[in-house]
Amino acid sequence: MMLNQFLLLAAALFCIGVYGVLTRRNGVLVLMSVELILNAVNINLVAFGAFRDNVMGDVFAVFVIAVAAAEVGVGLALVLLMYRNRRSIDFTEVDALKG
Amino acid sequence: MSALLAQVVPFERPPIDWHAVAPELVLLGFGALLTTIDVVLLERGRKFTAPLAGVALLATMIPIITLAVDGADRTLFNGAYVVDNFALIMKAVFLLSGYVVVLLSTNYIAEGDYWENEYYGMLISSILGMVVMASARDLITIFVALELLSIPAYLMATWRKRDLKSNEAGLKYYLMGVFASAVMLYGMSLLYGESGTTILADIGPVLGAQADSSTITSLAIVFVVAGFAFKVSAVPFHTWAPDTYEGAPTPVTAFLAVASKAAGFVALVQLIFVGFWGRGDVYEPLMWVLAAASMTVGNLIALRQTNMVRLMAYSGIASAGYIMAPLAVAGVSADVADEALRAVVTYLVIYAAMNLGVFAVIMAVARKTRSAEITSYAGLFGYAPGLTIAMTVFLMSLAGIPPLGGWWAKFAVFKALASANTAWGWALAVVAAVNSVIALYYYLSVLRTMWADEAPDGDVAPIRVPAALVTALALTGIATLAFGVYPPLVNDVADVSLLGVGG
Repeated sequence: MMLNQFLLLAAALFCIGVYGVLTRRNGVLVLMSVELILNAVNINLVAFGAFRDNVMGDVFAVFVIAVAAAEVGVGLALVLLMYRNRRSIDFTEVDALKG
Repeated sequence: MSALLAQVVPFERPPIDWHAVAPELVLLGFGALLTTIDVVLLERGRKFTAPLAGVALLATMIPIITLAVDGADRTLFNGAYVVDNFALIMKAVFLLSGYVVVLLSTNYIAEGDYWENEYYGMLISSILGMVVMASARDLITIFVALELLSIPAYLMATWRKRDLKSNEAGLKYYLMGVFASAVMLYGMSLLYGESGTTILADIGPVLGAQADSSTITSLAIVFVVAGFAFKVSAVPFHTWAPDTYEGAPTPVTAFLAVASKAAGFVALVQLIFVGFWGRGDVYEPLMWVLAAASMTVGNLIALRQTNMVRLMAYSGIASAGYIMAPLAVAGVSADVADEALRAVVTYLVIYAAMNLGVFAVIMAVARKTRSAEITSYAGLFGYAPGLTIAMTVFLMSLAGIPPLGGWWAKFAVFKALASANTAWGWALAVVAAVNSVIALYYYLSVLRTMWADEAPDGDVAPIRVPAALVTALALTGIATLAFGVYPPLVNDVADVSLLGVGG
């Protein structure tokens, strides 16, 4: 099996995701970048699972997908709350507390 | 399709030791009951929720005590879930500090007209996550426990929905949190790829067998540790802590500062003593840098804080450094590992008592002054001598002044560092000692304000402290004093063992 290709794809997705989290200022785009990292994780897990012919990787990936859904649900609720109170989802404007 | 079905092996449920999972089941049952009461009784149920949450946490202590009396180590699901001495003590810490948080929340949440039932439901599910975390010895279980304890905490930090500061607190905590857990997961996927298993006790020997740490192993360990360094607010992953602590409702801040931080350390200890055991060449330098940076940066920034809650946030970052310090020498030998494990547990137990105490005083004072600015504490001794003495005890304990609990916590850390007897160990001990002196300075300056300054505007009306807060103050105060003056208690607590490769 060609494990390397999958790992490279995952590493590329991971880097794009990290770059997105660090540079994007729009709430929804940051959440999407986090999802990219989680998808990189899933590709890694499934690829390693297939490579080692071991089912735990797939099981782990299913858990990651399920928990990520709950996490993003909460995240969207927080972004929505921010939009209601400020009419904006730009994180650069979040500065009521001195960082 | 039928050919595919024929391949399916009939599912057999693994044997479950019901006694071992009884604490989790009791807590889950009470959580469900709390939600049912809300759905059935609606507004009439409000007055039951806080007491019921308290009862839930205390009732969960019963199976923990029976398990402790029984004393046997229990292993479930091929080693994915372990109930040992270490797990039981940490579960007790989570439940009791959760109980104190319920006491702190009772009046705050009821008077603020916040959603009460949901609040306690969230609190209980978060504590359930911590209780699971104490037993989790498997990557998937650790991940699920981490999310179970974090997701409700994100919501609790945002509980004051209309308040922009609370929004910001929750949002910053959430963003840093999901980013850290995503990076941690990437590390976990690499660990799984390297070892082909998710059970920590099986990962340990595979990693330990490598003559030299492979790039993937090193990367995996760094990513996983970074994820938990965020949870325990270690420098450089601490930036969320001061803002979130200041903006979140104060009882939630106390919860994050004590229980959530302890949960991060529990996971870190389990990973290091079981999963990463044998890869001391990777985790020791990492822990050394994190510990030294957290202590130094935390204490130096704490020096110029004017807000008590932010001061406690930076003091908490420094404490995270002290707790991590023994882990930087854990891999030297089995004896040192034992000593390090004891130091971490002792510090976590005593830290929970004294830190919750400080937050109880902050909340009591804020009931009158509506502020957490240090200047608003001026002249407190004149009109609230009881609170002033309590705060003095807690802050002196945090500073590590002898007859108080915090002294033993610091002592255990120094003892562990000294027992390693390596150059790096001694160097870290020196850093910790210098930092203890810096910390003493800012704790003392708060005390000077309370004891010596005049009350602002000459307002000396006494503070009326509600019964729940008095109970919280009494519990934490007695614990802080008892650990200090009765050392056998510390020995009992520190007599921990971790089932696994290293501890």
